[in-house]
Amino acid sequence: MTTATYAGVPVEVNDEGFFVDPNQWTRDIAVELAKADGLDELTEQHWTVLEFMRKEYFEKGTGPTVRVLGKTSGVSVKDLYLLFPKGPAKMAARIAGIPKPKGCI
Amino acid sequence: MDGTPEKITKVSIIVSKGSLEGIYPALIMANGARAEGMDANLFFTFFGLDAVNKKRIEHIKVATVGNPAMHIPTLIGGLPGMSGLATHMMSKTMDKLDIPPIPEFIEMIGDTGCGMYACKASVDMFNLTKDDFVEQVQDIITVGDFYDMAAGGQIIFT
Repeated sequence: MTTATYAGVPVEVNDEGFFVDPNQWTRDIAVELAKADGLDELTEQHWTVLEFMRKEYFEKGTGPTVRVLGKTSGVSVKDLYLLFPKGPAKMAARIAGIPKPKGCI
Repeated sequence: MDGTPEKITKVSIIVSKGSLEGIYPALIMANGARAEGMDANLFFTFFGLDAVNKKRIEHIKVATVGNPAMHIPTLIGGLPGMSGLATHMMSKTMDKLDIPPIPEFIEMIGDTGCGMYACKASVDMFNLTKDDFVEQVQDIITVGDFYDMAAGGQIIFT
């Protein structure tokens, strides 16, 4: 575990860069995380996914799988991969400030 | 050497079996590779072609005979309907675990951008054409094409 500073705020992250405490996340931090991951701009669709992931995490204790995202977030699997080319579940979870989803699917 | 192995960035997975337990591991690995941001290709050969054959894709079954891990005596496993029953029970469990049925899984994996190809030798052997396959199958390719496509990544045979 290390401390990283995003948007001027010190944040606890694990070795892979996932947030330890999702409550430390802010939208400004997300913008900075996205830039570091190669996304220069977060569109409305990106935010839909990020907010959906956070909602699922706080409700269920783990982030959604890509299948669940595709079925219930309102963004199709195809679009998810266009929005988050480095793998939607993982990349989006990191930017959304939640731990890496545990599912295999 | 700093002791940290380099990450795998690309996998090409060969599906050679047409049973439920022969197909799922490959699909889960291909889907998981894409979810991690890796490049992935699926190459269907021999009975593995059933996974993408329009007429067969809805009827993939668990092998209850010749499968000691089922712990069913061979003669019982061979009774009519046993394979269907075992498949039904397993599908119910998988549904609870959020594992999609094979047709939906193939569609989803196609949407992730994973490449899907049928093996030319097998396609010719079974007298099939591209029309026999689901739309996610991009092409029928030779083994040489497959190796070209797999260049720079890992090959997994299932």
